[in-house]
Amino acid sequence: MAIDHQKLSRPVLPWIEGGLFTLFLFLPLVLEHYWVLFITRVVILGLLALSFDLVWGYVGILSFGQALFFGGGGYCAALIATKLQVTSVLILLPSAVAGGMILSFVIASIVLFGRRSPTAVFVALGTLTGSYVAERLLQGWTYVGGQNGIPSLPRLTIGSVEIEEGIRFYYLAFGLLILVYLGLRWLVRSQFGLVLGGIREQEERLSFLGYKTQNYKGIVFCLAGMVAGLSGGLYVFHEGFVGPAQVSPMFSTQVALYAMFGGAGTLVGAVIGTGFVEAVGYYVSQYWEMGWPILLGFLLLIIVTYRPGGLISFVVPDRERVGAFGGKDADVGLELEDKCHGHA
Amino acid sequence: MDMLKVRGVSRHFGSLVALNNVDLELRAGEFHGLIGPNGSGKSTLLKCLAGALLPTSGTITLFGHDITSATPFERSRVGLSIKFQITSILPQLSVYDNMLLAFQAGDGMVSQMISRTRRSLRDQIMLMLKRFRLAGRANGLAGNLSHGQQQWLEIAMALSREPKVLLLDEPTAGMSPQERRATGELLLETKDECPLLIVEHDLDFVKDICDSLTVLDQGKVVASGPLSEVQSDKRVREAYLKHA
Repeated sequence: MAIDHQKLSRPVLPWIEGGLFTLFLFLPLVLEHYWVLFITRVVILGLLALSFDLVWGYVGILSFGQALFFGGGGYCAALIATKLQVTSVLILLPSAVAGGMILSFVIASIVLFGRRSPTAVFVALGTLTGSYVAERLLQGWTYVGGQNGIPSLPRLTIGSVEIEEGIRFYYLAFGLLILVYLGLRWLVRSQFGLVLGGIREQEERLSFLGYKTQNYKGIVFCLAGMVAGLSGGLYVFHEGFVGPAQVSPMFSTQVALYAMFGGAGTLVGAVIGTGFVEAVGYYVSQYWEMGWPILLGFLLLIIVTYRPGGLISFVVPDRERVGAFGGKDADVGLELEDKCHGHA
Repeated sequence: MDMLKVRGVSRHFGSLVALNNVDLELRAGEFHGLIGPNGSGKSTLLKCLAGALLPTSGTITLFGHDITSATPFERSRVGLSIKFQITSILPQLSVYDNMLLAFQAGDGMVSQMISRTRRSLRDQIMLMLKRFRLAGRANGLAGNLSHGQQQWLEIAMALSREPKVLLLDEPTAGMSPQERRATGELLLETKDECPLLIVEHDLDFVKDICDSLTVLDQGKVVASGPLSEVQSDKRVREAYLKHA
């Protein structure tokens, strides 16, 4: 029997991941304060982009609600900090995660959970509507600051140590990014991740095999909501304020751009995309403030049309991008097969 | 004993009546063929049985349980397995991963998260792949298999859940005569495992493997019963001749 020799070549993704995170580890040590603030923002927004990549790149849910969970987590932590005079990271960040989780569960209950799986368009419009409603609600709600949001947030603390913006805040955000990244990487490469890949490719087939696909989608959606909430919690204390713009559909679209630019379905692509879009946006908007969104739109159009795998697809082959959940086992299987032939 | 029983099932698409008051029984240990000219409603009936379409009226029972409005997931959990006409394997995953997906469908989510059954299922997966002559392709992409091999992979996936009833929609479509013969042999090997309802255009193939037949024409049952009886039925010959 002919053996199929199309095996995975040496994986590229771990090298990109290792290189990027090593760079992130040492970069703030050689940068000026202003640029440390800039890359802190990239790391925090990278977390948010990871949450979008998890739902879009791995399960195929086009969510325009990531900003809602981001801003929801941010508002939750900001309210606790200002109304209860709490500054501890150990209370505020878990509150932000909980805020993101509760909001994502509410949205998932409406658009995802059900006896039969909803269409992709229904989910996209449902999440978009959720974001829009939340933005309008916050704009008119004076208790949470209305249009102005909640300004002058206190600094986060761990015990008696204040985490001021700069190196300390950067390493807090970077440490959390690494933790979340490793957790998600483990999840999407597990047998659970294989089911997610199956749902993304052929959801109907999966339900005929006996998978209740909407439960898988709902759980991943809530998990992504928690990551977005964590990102929001970090962001509002880094920037010192939270406002309705942070839950807006516009911001959700921006997050989708980060992940699609870098390359959805790889996790690391979302972080690269965030850095790329933020850096190019920073430079271009200095010289051509009004033109940056137009240029961004064109770049996205080019990427989506000619390189749907995003920037990372220039160096990472499709086979590796999609996943290799049974790679090692299949190799062992082939050995078993050879043995079977040997005994015959 | 009737494993699967269809009573008075109709399915309308607007003013088009695709199925009209169809009755059908599938008994334990039986290979039952569902044949008919193009547009006779065979695939529509199979989709109603699988839960991809809901009947406009009528009932479908599996071991006495009403599954007429059950979701595909619920039907799968009570032992119904299906391979549709258009192959729906996952082409971007390896052949092994396709099988792993089918075999691990009964596992809980936590078990899947910690990849608990990945190693323990390996021998079963390889045995099934060997049985369907795909062991040598385990590590290749499913999308790179020939059309016939993709059909085998999907049948193997459907069988991996140890179904109580297996539904196959045109499993030999697009196959070479050799592949068709091999498919017949592979299916006959499953005779002791579960009863089979098979929709097929190739009458010779149906005669080779089926014990009984139901003939549909314009959404209605023309004849149903043992192979020899149905073959000699005048109405069946008329149904086929008028479409010839």
